[in-house]
Amino acid sequence: MSIFKKFLNFKGIIGITLVLCVILIAVLAPLIIPPEFATRMDMRARLSPPNMAHWMGTDQLGRDLFYRVMLGARTSINIATSAVLMSLVIGLPLGLISGYFGGRTDNVLMRLVDTLLSFPALLLALTISAVLGPNLQNTIIAIGIAFTPYLARLIRGEALRVAQMPYVEAARSSGATNSRLIIGHVLPNIMPVVIVQSTISLAFAILAEAGLSFLGLGTQPPEASWGLMIQASRDYLDRAPWTALVPGTAVALTVLGLNMFGDVLRDVLDPRSQS
Amino acid sequence: MTENKNPNSQIDTQIDAPVISLDHLRVEFETDGGTVVAVNDISFKVFPGETVCLVGESGSGKSVTSLSLMRLVEFGGGQITGGKMLLSRDKKQTVNLSQVDAGTMRSIRGNEIGMIFQEPMTSLNPVFSIERQLTDGLRLHTNLSASETREKALELLKEVRIPDPEKRLRQYPHELSGGMRQRVVIAMAMACRPRLLIADEPTTALDVTIQAEILSLINRLKRETGMAVLFITHDMAVVAQMADRVVVMYQGNLIEEGSVDDIFTSPKEDYTKALLAAVPQLGQMAGTSLPSPLNIPGVAVAVKPVREVIDTEKKTLLEVKNLVTHFPVYGGIFRQKVANVHAVENVSFTINRGETMALVGESGCGKSSCGRSILRLVEPTSGDIFLDGKNIISLNGRELRSARRDMQMVFQDPYASLNPYMRLREQIAEPLKNFGLATRSEVDDIVRDILEKVELPVSFLRRFPHELSGGQRQRVAIARAIVVNPSLVITDEAVSALDVSVQAQVLNLMMSLQDELGLSYLFISHDMAVVERVSHKVGVMYLGRLVEVGSRSQIFENPQHEYTRTLMAAVPIADPKKRNISNDMNFKPIPSPVFPVGHIPENPIYEEIEDGHLILRN
Repeated sequence: MSIFKKFLNFKGIIGITLVLCVILIAVLAPLIIPPEFATRMDMRARLSPPNMAHWMGTDQLGRDLFYRVMLGARTSINIATSAVLMSLVIGLPLGLISGYFGGRTDNVLMRLVDTLLSFPALLLALTISAVLGPNLQNTIIAIGIAFTPYLARLIRGEALRVAQMPYVEAARSSGATNSRLIIGHVLPNIMPVVIVQSTISLAFAILAEAGLSFLGLGTQPPEASWGLMIQASRDYLDRAPWTALVPGTAVALTVLGLNMFGDVLRDVLDPRSQS
Repeated sequence: MTENKNPNSQIDTQIDAPVISLDHLRVEFETDGGTVVAVNDISFKVFPGETVCLVGESGSGKSVTSLSLMRLVEFGGGQITGGKMLLSRDKKQTVNLSQVDAGTMRSIRGNEIGMIFQEPMTSLNPVFSIERQLTDGLRLHTNLSASETREKALELLKEVRIPDPEKRLRQYPHELSGGMRQRVVIAMAMACRPRLLIADEPTTALDVTIQAEILSLINRLKRETGMAVLFITHDMAVVAQMADRVVVMYQGNLIEEGSVDDIFTSPKEDYTKALLAAVPQLGQMAGTSLPSPLNIPGVAVAVKPVREVIDTEKKTLLEVKNLVTHFPVYGGIFRQKVANVHAVENVSFTINRGETMALVGESGCGKSSCGRSILRLVEPTSGDIFLDGKNIISLNGRELRSARRDMQMVFQDPYASLNPYMRLREQIAEPLKNFGLATRSEVDDIVRDILEKVELPVSFLRRFPHELSGGQRQRVAIARAIVVNPSLVITDEAVSALDVSVQAQVLNLMMSLQDELGLSYLFISHDMAVVERVSHKVGVMYLGRLVEVGSRSQIFENPQHEYTRTLMAAVPIADPKKRNISNDMNFKPIPSPVFPVGHIPENPIYEEIEDGHLILRN
């Protein structure tokens, strides 16, 4: 009851509404809108500004931007959430163990992470999807692995800080095992950082997918994804700014919603934020 | 104004107008939970050459008052919503600080009002040299040339008696000790010859011997320059040593104002009386051999001395033999071990059942490391620790975990030693679960029982730590420690962060629990007066070594080691008639405990001058 109440503030309502809208679109759009709507070209209406027929305008091939944004949502959201989840699944335990135990364990694990870090994320993702072949699943794997070192580094730093807190030492002296200390004491205390970083990562993942698509490794044309649409609009920015604004606004609203939702989630989980 | 007799100030304050005069000051903070009144209605004056001590417990509004005077309170979200703060400037001009514009305030801040902050570690910017720290203010408020400001900076360092002032100018804050840094902070505050110096708990973070030096320095500067000093502290002993007049605050209100003699000899208000009574005084316990609860007026304390440890029970519980703990210092290109910090150096002592042994010493003396080594929260380098005949050092991980059931620890900072994400019920029940001591249905009864023992209401079980005060949190920490029925509890500065009245309550609780449960305490503290109150045995530590060990009366009534005597002489006495702050400062920095790899320290040689009273002789 009280938890439910804590979501009900300006930030919480806007955040949840935006996130729910995006999820609904991602799930329902492909069921309602015939898929060919996103790929149907109309060469006579190339780069037409928003009008009655195409109320969000069209792109350089005369494809309707509204349908493309709606149908591209699933791909973008799917890739972004899966990739971030994957980087969490690898990065969280890695960072926790590294930061908590310190010493040699930390050294070995972090050198491994540093190696990954020393490649630019996009280059890494590029290599991975080039090796594994371009498809949706491999794009997710590529972005997920590319994001892992950043997350692991951050979590390691936080875990290191929390592991030195007196309450961890107090729990250790009252007989808590290492796994109990990591899961029961360190993890809850680093969750705020994990939540904030994850929501930001989601935005970067959407854009990373665009980068991969641009290089021919992510979503394959003529399929639609938000990132791909932003990439394609590059050449027409001066003549047809809506080609960038439409998918850009979709990304921005999604990220805004996720950030607000993340902030509120963090506050809800923190007992100190109770009024 | 005639009531302001200042027997201690050499400048006749009767003629002068007050430097600062507060008139019905009111400060509010806007928070999510509504408006909080930090200072309700405060009026007092400070005259030139006079020290006014603003004293009160945490939350009394004393720091907010000082920040309001500097108009710094607004940067923290506060708002001065009423009253006047009249500062007299040159040529009989006065200005109301609660109304001046930001520009005028900048010319007053650091120029006419200087401020010393509590924490010398953080009030200096680590990336600026000492010279830069000192000259910044000068350049802003005076029109001296570069070479003149440098000269002035040097002069200031000499004024605060820093050795090697030329060398210090080129150094950075991390290269100086805490006491030295606080001198730099004072030099900065004094740079523009302020008419009013505000010192906000300037010695709270410092060791007692350094505190004495800093207090005498502030006194001397006041005498030489005739400035007014507003001294904010929670420590009644410091008040007795420093004040001409005292202003007692409680929850944003002025409770009592008067000369220091009046306040200490005939306090009028109950709150002042309670505050004074809760202060343990060094030497109060002379002639007794047992710990004794502190008096808390208004609270019915059964003032019965802790029962004597009966002879048949006088069994050794903990025996520490030649304990050595070194911490490696890494350096060089390959991060190899270049030196060792000799934190604990060949320490031996024993604690009997039901007995409290205190370890006292200044920061860095190794008393905390010693306590943590006994629990093996840090790995000792060598030595033996026998708890109830079992050698703790030889245990493997699993055995150690179960051995820790018999020895628990209470930490210093009640805000950091409880997990903010766990309810009290879980915090207290955790040790039971870890050791598998109770079934699910039993846990609730045990936790309720313990909560009652530490005198907290059962309704607290569902609360989170942030909903508790400092004293309540420390009770929870004690509850968590005793819930597994340990025989030894190590308390590491467990009451240092608490207000005096709360401190007294927690100490009394610890003593009554000892009486009830037969606990032994290793009581680690820097506070000599508290130690005298609670301990059966005392060990004095200096540079990792135990320099003197003996019964409480042996140490406090017949201190033999030079360091023990220095330590006791530096403790401020809560009696304005017994001012023991000397005017000559003896500068003796504590040597470093860092030694190169392979350094083998001398074996300690102890002389036993009385039964159980040992003194280090080398």
